[in-house]
Amino acid sequence: MVKSDFGYNSKIEGEVIVTRADAVVNWVRSHSVWPMPMGLACCAIELMAAGGSRFDISRFGMEVMRFSPRQADCMIVSGTVTYKMAEVVRRIYDQMAEPKWVVAMGACASSGGMYRSYATLQGVDNIVPVDIYISGCPPRPEALLDGMMLLQEKIRQEGGSLKRTFRGRTVDTKIVS
Amino acid sequence: MDVLALTQKFPQTQNCAGQDMTTFAVNSAELADIVKYLRDEQGFDLLADLCGMDWKDRTPNLGVVIHLLSTKKREYVRLHAACVDDSVPTVSAIHPGANWHEREAYDMFGIKFIGHPDPRRILMWDAYPYHPLRKDFPLAGIEVPFPAADVAAVTGQTVEPAPMMGGPFVSSGGHMSGAEPQALDQSWNEEKPKS
Repeated sequence: MVKSDFGYNSKIEGEVIVTRADAVVNWVRSHSVWPMPMGLACCAIELMAAGGSRFDISRFGMEVMRFSPRQADCMIVSGTVTYKMAEVVRRIYDQMAEPKWVVAMGACASSGGMYRSYATLQGVDNIVPVDIYISGCPPRPEALLDGMMLLQEKIRQEGGSLKRTFRGRTVDTKIVS
Repeated sequence: MDVLALTQKFPQTQNCAGQDMTTFAVNSAELADIVKYLRDEQGFDLLADLCGMDWKDRTPNLGVVIHLLSTKKREYVRLHAACVDDSVPTVSAIHPGANWHEREAYDMFGIKFIGHPDPRRILMWDAYPYHPLRKDFPLAGIEVPFPAADVAAVTGQTVEPAPMMGGPFVSSGGHMSGAEPQALDQSWNEEKPKS
């Protein structure tokens, strides 16, 4: 049984559900995450495997991969972010509509990974705010699913406005609802 | 291949001892002519590879190495050409496949290819000021501005040197230990965050 912020007992309440607006909005959001597959390296192969029939990301309500940032609300950065690509990653993030979340999949996106070199950004959290970090090089699809379920848990706990911190600064974005 | 015909036609060409294939050190001014001659007269019709080199202890230190393949004789030949004023003539008019290889050699080593139709960088962004595969360039990199000024203004990010100056993932030396390999430079790591 999933931990829930609202209850429904049909014997007592009939056809009326009583809940908080936050809870129901967050419940809807957490079960319709539209990921933007920012596939940059080998992690993207595991991301594709997670979308395939064996691991089947759609069991958790986030299978609608959208390659347009304007239709997506969760960027899965899967792979090595070079400085040349970092600019593009940030621009695509900016084009996504609020509310939006970022998952750093694998060692490279989280910290630069094994690429300690002149060309590689040492962690995508230097340019975009990251909600979930997934370890692994590359992570198995199960790890991605676990991270995405963690993200759903995080979405369910969000307040009425998105308090997002970036580099220690709180960015307050009102929900349009 | 006919070594004698090549060295007689281009007397400045030296036949070097190559471990795996016939190797010549050629005069860079004649490079394009030699590649064309080998293609038309000796059947080396495929450019297998072209790369820049930084021979640290030679003068000039920069050069170009070309591998040619004869698909008929099933034979390779290797040509070395040292740069003059960091430049060599392009072979992209003879083998169009050399185009992007030469752009990479320019990007990584700063070798100019005279007559190249599109002499831009291919891997690093256009405004990047260095040529990172030169031996005097540190692996960690040198701090330069972020490629996009507007993104840099929002994020405060620059292109900064990577944290492990001592080289990535080296062991601490001596006998092989059971400990995980680690970098010599520990200026920031898991216990000590980046300042």
